[in-house]
Amino acid sequence: MTDPFNPYLPEVATVLETVQETHNIKTFRVRFDDEAKMAAFTFEPGQVGQLSAPGIGESTFVINSPPTRMDYLQFSVMRAGEVTTMLHGLSAGDKVGVRAPLGKPFPYEEMKGKDIVFVGGGIGMAPLRTLFLYMLDNRADYGNITLLYGARSPGDMAFSAELPEWTSRTDINTTLTIDREAEGWEHKVGLIPNVLLELAPSPKGAVAITCGPPIMIKFTLEALKKLEFADEQIYTTLEKRMKCGIGICGRCNIGSSYVCVDGPVYSYAQLKALPNEL
Amino acid sequence: MAAVKYIASEKLPDWLKSLAEKSRVLVPVAEGGGVVFRPYAPGCQPVFGSDATAPPKGSVFPACQELFRYERGKDAEDPGKGTLKLLPATEAEPTVVFGAKPCGARGFLIFDRVYMGKKFPDPYYINAREATVFVTMACSTANVENTCFCHWVGSGPADGAGSDVLLTPVAGGYTAEALTDKGAALLESPVLSDGAAKAAEADSVKAAAREALGEAPDISTSPAALLAAFDDMDFWRDQSDKCVSCGACTYLCPTCYCFTITDEPTGQSGRRMRSWDACMHFQFTLEASGHNPRPTKAHRLKNRVGHKFSYYPTLHEGIIACCGCGRCIKSCPVSVDIREIVQNAVARAKG
Ligand SMILES: Cc1cc2nc3c(=O)[nH]c(=O)nc-3n(C[C@H](O)[C@H](O)[C@H](O)COP(=O)(O)OP(=O)(O)OC[C@H]3O[C@@H](n4cnc5c(N)ncnc54)[C@H](O)[C@@H]3O)c2cc1C
Ligand code: SF4
Ligand code: SF4
Ligand code: FES
Repeated sequence: MTDPFNPYLPEVATVLETVQETHNIKTFRVRFDDEAKMAAFTFEPGQVGQLSAPGIGESTFVINSPPTRMDYLQFSVMRAGEVTTMLHGLSAGDKVGVRAPLGKPFPYEEMKGKDIVFVGGGIGMAPLRTLFLYMLDNRADYGNITLLYGARSPGDMAFSAELPEWTSRTDINTTLTIDREAEGWEHKVGLIPNVLLELAPSPKGAVAITCGPPIMIKFTLEALKKLEFADEQIYTTLEKRMKCGIGICGRCNIGSSYVCVDGPVYSYAQLKALPNEL
Repeated sequence: MAAVKYIASEKLPDWLKSLAEKSRVLVPVAEGGGVVFRPYAPGCQPVFGSDATAPPKGSVFPACQELFRYERGKDAEDPGKGTLKLLPATEAEPTVVFGAKPCGARGFLIFDRVYMGKKFPDPYYINAREATVFVTMACSTANVENTCFCHWVGSGPADGAGSDVLLTPVAGGYTAEALTDKGAALLESPVLSDGAAKAAEADSVKAAAREALGEAPDISTSPAALLAAFDDMDFWRDQSDKCVSCGACTYLCPTCYCFTITDEPTGQSGRRMRSWDACMHFQFTLEASGHNPRPTKAHRLKNRVGHKFSYYPTLHEGIIACCGCGRCIKSCPVSVDIREIVQNAVARAKG
């Protein structure tokens, strides 16, 4: 739990388990060493944390386990630079620092009673996973749930241990897609925005939540607009270079909005109102 | 507030010496062609004339500061596993900043709104802020410079906001007014005498300095004007044409508060540090993917000016995040002038 007295001081946590998701994505399940703090810890779907490998530094990652499953906090890390490379070297029993929860969550209360369309690309599935699982754990509160998850190739799909459950459940509608044909692949082939247009979910009483690489988000937004989703019905999360994560260091602003405290979740309507600096 | 006191110039070293017995006293001294704040020691020659090259920003917000130390070890029961201890240090040294100009102290009022926020107040900053007393010196006509524009941003050469004691140069010495309880405590010293007889002279020194600054243009529309110019990259390329991205304007600015966080390992232990950082640098917003939302110096200068004259006022009741000290203008190697940029944006919005 981020200490209100010293928000820069991470909580020491132990890595319980790691999962090599893809060649460059690794999942970490961690628990705070201070059991009382772990028991008191709360967060909401979409909030993030700073994971630190002392000696190297800190980086921002979404807490991608849902608050309904508090045995551990899960982070999935794509190798991108120094901190992420260091984290990839960790295994069960190793210590990390955690500053969490930071940022604003998805408006999951306002989404109650609505149909939900998740569109995730690559590591962008991580922020969606927390909300997706939260909704599955509160299934009766939400209408139809559609999940469209795409990656470049079958080997690039994270959370592969969960995919059979997601595709076989009858109370959700899951579509997996990859960019190009691959041997043994039994699901869709095609770029996410095109598959989305094919699925053509109705915007009526629905919200769409999308996250992925910038180019995928751009074309997914276009597809959602074609399907007549209003700007207010579309949510995404933004990535900015962050340091403090608490609105002080001044790094992550877009005009007067600070992504670390006002985001990372924004509706498309909110995004359009921000200065054009993504 | 308390009555006006007076201190003769020749008594000043005695006062500084007695203050320095109880706490760190930072005074402006000449060093390497500039004037910077350094701890006072008997015999040192403070420079109380023109404004210091570097503001007293580091008194509360050090250029480089330890957030915590960490120690790794081995688990006694399971030597294959590691341990990790984090040891924060937030204490601050009692400090008197003596002889800054009012604008230098006022800069911290801009910091306060960010560092003393409700949700995540910054303990390092707050402790240092509380441990620091500002004895500032009102400007006289002798030190009003053509780069000064404190009166544009709602301040003035004798603005006591942010100061605990305001000194004003008068014949033979200085008047001293306590503006806070912390300041009043410093004026208890026997080297100060009653200054009632000097009060009128001090008032006219202040009035003359204000007069020397002249009229201030109306920049109240700058928040909207800068936003209106946001997508006009031709405008920003023009404004930033000369800039060489050295960052001097931010490092010398009393209101620039951005920082980075880095680790300094030494074997199995080390420290996590924070240090000043600057939005004028390419790396500031560079993302891990290689994407940079502010790829050119035009984008970066737009953010610096936009932050001070638009985004910050939007979040903080219209308060401009610039104290008008003019350091960025004076110290810029290529004479980029923030006043011109703001005025150009205001004029551009008027069409
Ligand atoms: C809200 C949010 C949520 C996120 N969630 C996730 C998530 O769930 N999973 C995930 O994998 N990622 C996530 N990210 C992205 C993640 O934070 C970054 O990938 C991570 O910070 C990279 O850290 P790093 O230390 O490994 O990279 P760094 O080593 O810091 O390098 C980052 C990049 O900056 C450049 N760079 C750094 N320093 C310099 C320098 N001095 N000079 C020049 N270039 C330099 C490098 O070239 C590199 O490309 C999220 C980001 C945000 C903001
Ligand atoms: S922006 Fe320039 S004039 Fe304004 S406070 Fe900073 S250094 Fe001084
Ligand atoms: S001091 Fe001048 S040249 Fe250097 S970054 Fe600032 S505006 Fe650019
Ligand atoms: S990360 Fe420091 S202000 Fe957002």
